[in-house]
Amino acid sequence: MMANGKIKNKRTAEHSHSDGNNSSGNRAGLAKPEKSQLLTTLPEKRKALGMYEAMVLIRKYEERIYFLFLEGRVSGSIHQSHGQEACAVGMLYDLRPSDYMASTHRPASHDLAKGVSVESMMCEMYAKSNGCCHGKGGAMHTGDISVGAIPANAIVGSNIPIAVGIALSCKYRKTDNVVVCFFGDGASNEGAFHEGINGAALWNLPVIFVCENNLYGASTPVKATMKIDTIAERAASYGIPGERVDGNDILAVNAAASRAIERARRGEGPTLLELMTYRIAGHSRSDACAYRPDEEEAAWFARDPIKLYRNRLLDSGVASETELSAIDAAIDERVDKAVELAEASPDPLPEDALKNVYWEGGVL
Amino acid sequence: MAQMSVVEALNQAIMEEMQRDERVFCLGEDISDADGGYGGAFAVTRGLHDKFGYDRVLNTPISEILIAGMAVGAAMTGMRPIADLQYGDFLFCCMDQMVNQAAKMCYMSGGRVSVPMVMRAPVGATTRGAQHAQSLEGYFTHVPGLKVICPATAYDAKGLLKTAIRDDNPVLVFEHKLLYGGKRKEREALSMVGEVPDGDYTIPFGEAVVRREGQDITIVANLMMMYRAMEAAVELEKEGIRCEVIDPRTLVPFDYATVVESLRKTGRLMIVHEDNYRNGWGAQVSAYIAEHEIYLLDAPIKRVAAYDVPVPFAPVMEKYVVPSTERIIESARSLMNE
Repeated sequence: MMANGKIKNKRTAEHSHSDGNNSSGNRAGLAKPEKSQLLTTLPEKRKALGMYEAMVLIRKYEERIYFLFLEGRVSGSIHQSHGQEACAVGMLYDLRPSDYMASTHRPASHDLAKGVSVESMMCEMYAKSNGCCHGKGGAMHTGDISVGAIPANAIVGSNIPIAVGIALSCKYRKTDNVVVCFFGDGASNEGAFHEGINGAALWNLPVIFVCENNLYGASTPVKATMKIDTIAERAASYGIPGERVDGNDILAVNAAASRAIERARRGEGPTLLELMTYRIAGHSRSDACAYRPDEEEAAWFARDPIKLYRNRLLDSGVASETELSAIDAAIDERVDKAVELAEASPDPLPEDALKNVYWEGGVL
Repeated sequence: MAQMSVVEALNQAIMEEMQRDERVFCLGEDISDADGGYGGAFAVTRGLHDKFGYDRVLNTPISEILIAGMAVGAAMTGMRPIADLQYGDFLFCCMDQMVNQAAKMCYMSGGRVSVPMVMRAPVGATTRGAQHAQSLEGYFTHVPGLKVICPATAYDAKGLLKTAIRDDNPVLVFEHKLLYGGKRKEREALSMVGEVPDGDYTIPFGEAVVRREGQDITIVANLMMMYRAMEAAVELEKEGIRCEVIDPRTLVPFDYATVVESLRKTGRLMIVHEDNYRNGWGAQVSAYIAEHEIYLLDAPIKRVAAYDVPVPFAPVMEKYVVPSTERIIESARSLMNE
């Protein structure tokens, strides 16, 4: 929750309905992105390093995609997710493969954190036949249903009612699986947001609505699109808990995720989490972010989620520089190999375009 | 064999499929008759609650995006939802879910995700004004990834709806309000009952039916217009014009072969629909025949369709806009003189 412009990480297991007391800070979110208070405790070492590794994978993947794009090796547009790694990994790290995740036009962080292989992602970016969508999806539709990552959705807000339907399905099939549904600040002004969350709340469905508030819907600042101060407070109108969280602090995100996931698994219904974060890159490929003030960028970049977490791991003695560097190097190699695989993989046949309009059966 | 209305046939199809497959459930506005509810705007889902309870007959808020989106999500993950939108016109509220989501999900995933959902949508002009009246087939036959069906008889309603529920793709079911034949009578409604076999049967998509045989003109007509074409055919027969009436039953996939076979005999094609003239589904059929089978034709193709205006309220105007039996007869006469 925001108070006096600072972030306080919630430590209790209780949920609070957002009550509008968050208005004292800058309406854009973090008034001054000060050093996170980092009140949460680190998890055991395996998980602590696992989350680090997952964040670094996203970062290095997205950085590589950017250069491949500049080199003209991948087609289309890109909507990059680096800078938002703590949101994806913090939310998804503890999910089971049988849980579901519904993503957006900026899906790489979510997909990788949910377990879609970096190789199949890279091959899809290269529009190769062995991509995760066999070349029919592209950057905005990556996913892999076998690990619970449904094809990402590039219509803002439209994944929300779909996630509600998946949650209904989880309930009807008598599983205790949950759905994590990501969207941006902009999506919260869509009708689909209202209809979807209202329905999920009404039927107590196991879905966690995760708004990654990166302060801008494309080039438009959040404060130019809504009169209220936080998106979390919208939860009150659906009768569900809403919570604003420092989205660049993975431990804060993970703690909020645990509360929301447990609540959903217990059959107590949905939660709306608003994760305050910031894009490193522009909205899409050609966006130089002229709309973002320099000082705002500097302040947020100083709070780079990976840097923050890396320092935390080192300061607490959970990991040594050598250990972390070894992880970094291993990820570099993995991304290199994914690129090599993608370069060497076959293009789809042009006439493959005529397949899969209707279900052809089986599992690929 | 039992005699029943289209409403009863649809109800029986849903009932039997829900019994047969626990993945099947219904969702929509006012679909449950629990607690004094309607059991569907046209009573199609009446009685289901008693058998299947709240969960499987899910009344929703008035939220079309939610209804369609939930159907997509549930279908992608192992369920077989049957969604109900009360009036086809409301489909526009959830066009994104139907066209960008339901229709494209299988394709965008490279064939790894299926969306076995049914969307039921009543169509047809019934003096309710322009927003509860439209015949929308043309919009949706345009969309790759959707299947579009339009059962006009009780037999077809049950058999085709069962096929739709078992299909692994999104299927849009257009039902005509004047053909339901339930207890709630519409003005101008046909009090139709038809024979329906006892027990389970399905009707494959893409198989048209020749409703009446004839040598002179092939009339392809769906839903209410099929009945008007049949009526016209009786009158035209008296003048010596023998019409063959074909009910396509499903628009996607479309059974061109049956139409072509008929044209070999008649050499004259008329298409009748309540959908608008401009880019109504008949435009595609017409273009297909012109493109592939023009040498079978002895005369230009004739399309008889609703005029390109919103459906007006006043009964006299509405009757003028929607093809009438008289308009079909006139058109047939002029086609014979070509």
